[in-house]
Amino acid sequence: MSERIRTIIGKEWAEVFKNKMVLFTVLFMPLLFTALPLIMLGTMSGAVGADAGDMTDMPAQFARACVGLSSGECMQIYLLNEFMLLFMMMPLIIPITIAAYSVVGEKATRSLEPLLATPITTEELLAGKGLAAVIPGVLATLLCFGLFVALLPLVGVGERIFAYITGPTWLLAVLVAGPLMAVAAVNFALIVSSRVNDPRVAEQLSTIIIVPLLAVLFGSLAGIIVLNVTNMLIGILIMVVADVALVYLGARLFQREVILTRWK
Amino acid sequence: MIQTEDLTKRFTKSKKEAPITAVDGLTLNVAEGEVFGFLGPNGAGKTTTVRMLTSLIAPSAGRAFVDKLQVGKDDQKIRERVGILTETPGMYERLSAERNLNIFARLYGVKDVPGQVEKYLRMLSLWDRRFDEVGSFSKGMRQKLAIARALLHEPRIVFLDEPTSGLDPEAAKLVRDFIDELKTEGRTIFICTHNLDEADRLCDRIGIFKTRLITVDSPENLREKLFGRKVVFHLQAMLPGLAERVRGLPAVKDAQVVDNRLLVSLEDPEAQNPGIVRALVEAGAGVQFVGELRHSLEDIYLEMIRQEETH
Ligand SMILES: Nc1ncnc2c1ncn2[C@@H]1O[C@H](COP(=O)(O)OP(=O)(O)OP(=O)(O)O)[C@@H](O)[C@H]1O
Ligand SMILES: [Mg+2]
Repeated sequence: MSERIRTIIGKEWAEVFKNKMVLFTVLFMPLLFTALPLIMLGTMSGAVGADAGDMTDMPAQFARACVGLSSGECMQIYLLNEFMLLFMMMPLIIPITIAAYSVVGEKATRSLEPLLATPITTEELLAGKGLAAVIPGVLATLLCFGLFVALLPLVGVGERIFAYITGPTWLLAVLVAGPLMAVAAVNFALIVSSRVNDPRVAEQLSTIIIVPLLAVLFGSLAGIIVLNVTNMLIGILIMVVADVALVYLGARLFQREVILTRWK
Repeated sequence: MIQTEDLTKRFTKSKKEAPITAVDGLTLNVAEGEVFGFLGPNGAGKTTTVRMLTSLIAPSAGRAFVDKLQVGKDDQKIRERVGILTETPGMYERLSAERNLNIFARLYGVKDVPGQVEKYLRMLSLWDRRFDEVGSFSKGMRQKLAIARALLHEPRIVFLDEPTSGLDPEAAKLVRDFIDELKTEGRTIFICTHNLDEADRLCDRIGIFKTRLITVDSPENLREKLFGRKVVFHLQAMLPGLAERVRGLPAVKDAQVVDNRLLVSLEDPEAQNPGIVRALVEAGAGVQFVGELRHSLEDIYLEMIRQEETH
């Protein structure tokens, strides 16, 4: 990584984390998202032993997918999968906020002109700003997932559930799909940030990128989309294509002169 | 060091409106080691010119070369080689002065980052405040910090957009002395300013500019071109018929009387003054003082802009 990219990352972090509230949200949100499923599993696990789960509440497609499991376990997995989506969303929220502010914010404080006057290339600038936004979100998510897995035995989940959460579907979701989604979201936010003139507008517009993810969430709640390895791989493939397209588009759309001189 | 040929910049606001021409056919040549003053009223296009010459924005027409590198072709290299003080300092307010400079030194690929940062913080007397957030700085301190930032990578060409605007007289003097120092180091300096006195003192040549270049010359030549050279003779008392006598002398282009003073227009006062003094003494006049009438740059500037407007 070039010195200039590292400089930009360091600068962004120094500025962002100077604000203690940001640091708090970066850690608090993921911790909350981690605590929720744990509490839920803890309260449910009593009922599971009695095999009292009611399969009729579950979408038929999903019930078909959990052959070989008790209905209680199947119920747990069904609910856990909704939390998997939370884990995938976790690395998005904070990075989007950071990225959405990062170009238009510099424009508002007039530091963009001296920055663009340095020999930094557009690619380096975008890479620095993008990585500075993605890394904290992804790191916080990975930490929380580690914590989540470590605490699972304590809330009394069975071996099979534990195996499922540390199995391919979840690992692909949390370790691959989530970060890829974060990259897409951050690049989208950077594009928005370099094309508007108001930091507030940038933030609001950027959050639109979450909509497709919400669609997946509701799709899976309704049983239209089943979260299994095959679908996860398809999702990852789509994400890779989206990432490449957004990175390319971001660099193309970042026209230094226009960003510097357009005021509406 | 800096050459422009018919450099033009138009801003297009929208498809319907006609574009604004901010810089129109600027042809200019600034030599290496020269301090060039770029003078013009608000909205003249000075900042726009500097932005083009530092590869921040592209010319609409014409060409420009900075250190033999063409604007629009070798932008990356141009940015490496020039230093710029932007019109608004634009610092990272939440970070310390030292951190701000550190970031820019690294972006410019400076080898000895802490050394350069310390050098310029000390030179601009900001060393004691280096750990303070820039947000807590006064306008003048910010401006000095921005000047330091422009020089971290020791550029041979420096663009300063209104370097002393908003500074108190002491800070302005510090900055002026500092610019003088840069000049002795042989750097090429391009200064945009409204401060005419400052331009007069610092600059080797001055370009008066308002969308188009009105004139370029040294402050001395500008004075002469516009007003010729005048010498004032203070007399004990004005004698009747003295002005006519002086007007009759071969060297004198014109002579006017103001109270006890005689204003004489001459080609070459150094050579001609002794003869005039002799003639005055012979005519019985008591000469108290002899001095050159200097027009301030302000007079020249205002006259130039007025002439341009009446055209
Ligand atoms: N981004 C822009 N979009 C449209 N017009 C612009 C833009 N930037 C500058 N202009 C116009 O170009 C002209 C020159 O502006 P410029 O800022 O270069 O003037 P200046 O000589 O630096 O003035 P000042 O002494 O006030 O700093 C002005 O009429 C200005 O409105
Ligand atoms: Mg200006």
